[in-house]
Amino acid sequence: MKQFLAFVRKEFAHVIRDRKTLLILFGMPVVQILIFGFALTNEVKNTSILIVDHAKDVASQQLITKIEASQYFEVQRSILSPHEINKAFQEGVVKVAVVFPVGFNESLKHENSASVQLLADASDPNTATTLTNYLGAIVEDFQSANNELNGTPYNISTETRMLYNPQLQGAHNFVPGVMALVLMLVCVMMTAVSIVREKETGTMEILLVSPFKPLLVIVSKAVPYLLLSLINVISILLLSVFVLDLPVKGSIILLFAESILFIITCLTMGIFISVKTSSQQVAMLISLMGMLLPTILFSGFMFPIENMPVALQIFSNVVPAKWFYIIVKSIMIKGMGFGGIWKESLILCLITLFLLVVSLKSFKIRLS
Amino acid sequence: MTPVITTNRLTKRFGDFVATDSLTFSVNQGEIFGFLGANGAGKTTAMRMLCGLSLPSSGDATIAGFDVYKQTEDIKKNIGYMSQKFSLYEDLTVLENIRFFGGIYGLNNRQIREKCDALINRLGMEDETGKLVASLPLGWKQKLSFSVAVLHDPKIVFLDEPTGGVDPVTRRQFWDLIYEAAARGVTIFVTTHYMDEAEYCNRISIMVDGKIEALDTPGNLKRQFRSESMDDVFYQLARKARRGD
Repeated sequence: MKQFLAFVRKEFAHVIRDRKTLLILFGMPVVQILIFGFALTNEVKNTSILIVDHAKDVASQQLITKIEASQYFEVQRSILSPHEINKAFQEGVVKVAVVFPVGFNESLKHENSASVQLLADASDPNTATTLTNYLGAIVEDFQSANNELNGTPYNISTETRMLYNPQLQGAHNFVPGVMALVLMLVCVMMTAVSIVREKETGTMEILLVSPFKPLLVIVSKAVPYLLLSLINVISILLLSVFVLDLPVKGSIILLFAESILFIITCLTMGIFISVKTSSQQVAMLISLMGMLLPTILFSGFMFPIENMPVALQIFSNVVPAKWFYIIVKSIMIKGMGFGGIWKESLILCLITLFLLVVSLKSFKIRLS
Repeated sequence: MTPVITTNRLTKRFGDFVATDSLTFSVNQGEIFGFLGANGAGKTTAMRMLCGLSLPSSGDATIAGFDVYKQTEDIKKNIGYMSQKFSLYEDLTVLENIRFFGGIYGLNNRQIREKCDALINRLGMEDETGKLVASLPLGWKQKLSFSVAVLHDPKIVFLDEPTGGVDPVTRRQFWDLIYEAAARGVTIFVTTHYMDEAEYCNRISIMVDGKIEALDTPGNLKRQFRSESMDDVFYQLARKARRGD
């Protein structure tokens, strides 16, 4: 145990000494989350907006003028029948609509409050959120301007309805994706490279001649990366909760347990690569091409697997990130418990076990 | 004189290729044993078997009284090893390296501290303990590397071409360290390509094509081959080799 601790301490010294890599390790998830979170939110300008004005009074007219005046929206047409509204959305002519109720002005004057309904096409969740946010801001602006003018404060509330995709799924699907990607990168590549480096520099030989057990060499190499990855999981979750407003619906503990499982899967993959290669470059290349690419392509995070040819769909089943992606999505967005993801967890366990057995076998062969 | 390494017809085959062929020799405690041979003669293979890194195909060997087939773990506790590739961690400091190797050999903190102080004192590296090993000159690295290899007081230390690329003055200093260790009773098993270093050994063996062709003191070998220098002895034997690089 003491020997093991000495080894782990040395591994940490390696990691901490390498400042640049450390910066990349911890900076990468932050940058990726922010890039995916904000760069993908398109700036909207001159979007066609549908006005459904049941009120046709002074207040509604004023608000419509204000919306028209903004650079974000172009008022398409004013129609009244619900059927026509539906049709306009389905044809994709408009992305967003504002509905004024009958007696909008009246209720403002007498009850000091009224509401407008915002409808948005949420099949593109990012745009829908942005549009309704803009509209909400315009309404608020209108309200405060009037309040200053009138003296009697009144309140216009907005009711937002996301059509087709009420939960806005897809908006933050990238968070589980980024999580899989980052863990993959940290664990697989770093572990593989750090073990292969010992081979390259000849220190592995020294370790094998020492009474320190070869298996422990591998385990203690993996420990620092397990911890680093957990820090990454935490920072990704913090960012997604506090910066992107994406709460974790399910159990945090379950999420962490599953993350640890996936991290271990990645670590064994890194060990597997390190056993099969003998130079750092090769290890890095295999990690990138052999592991990272399939993760991006076949986890379902960027490209829907259902649309792929059958052969690729079958192949996607051996990509661990696919299962982890499903697990994280289920816990974070759908709020599912272990009952809903035990199958995926089992598959991850099996992949891990398989990699572990294969790498230990080849590791022994190398020794003799 | 007690033998600490004995081998009897020790053989390693890789398929049809016989890397080491019936090696039979013994090395006594405190002896400096030079293990010479051209590249590809089978030195490294032999050394790997003696260190417990690879199992022999046939024959016997005991290292510090332990059997190479069954007691490799005990062997590992009793030997030190320094490879031809420089074998400390460049991105760790001198002190961290010493602590690490002390740690994996199971020394406790007090032992490590004592050994560490003695070692640094002996090498005169008091000002360098906090420096990264990468920043040290090669000669110091080699000396440090050797000192770390004998940190846990092994019975035998295996040195695989320890002085490659080092200048003659530093090599001389390095051999001073080896003599000191031998005087403490540590057995030194060293491979080298430098014939002046061969002269420093108590006895040397010269391997050709997997077999030991000569084994004696440097003086006796020179007489036996009627040569003025070890260089010539080595050349006479090694040119018969069929195996090259």
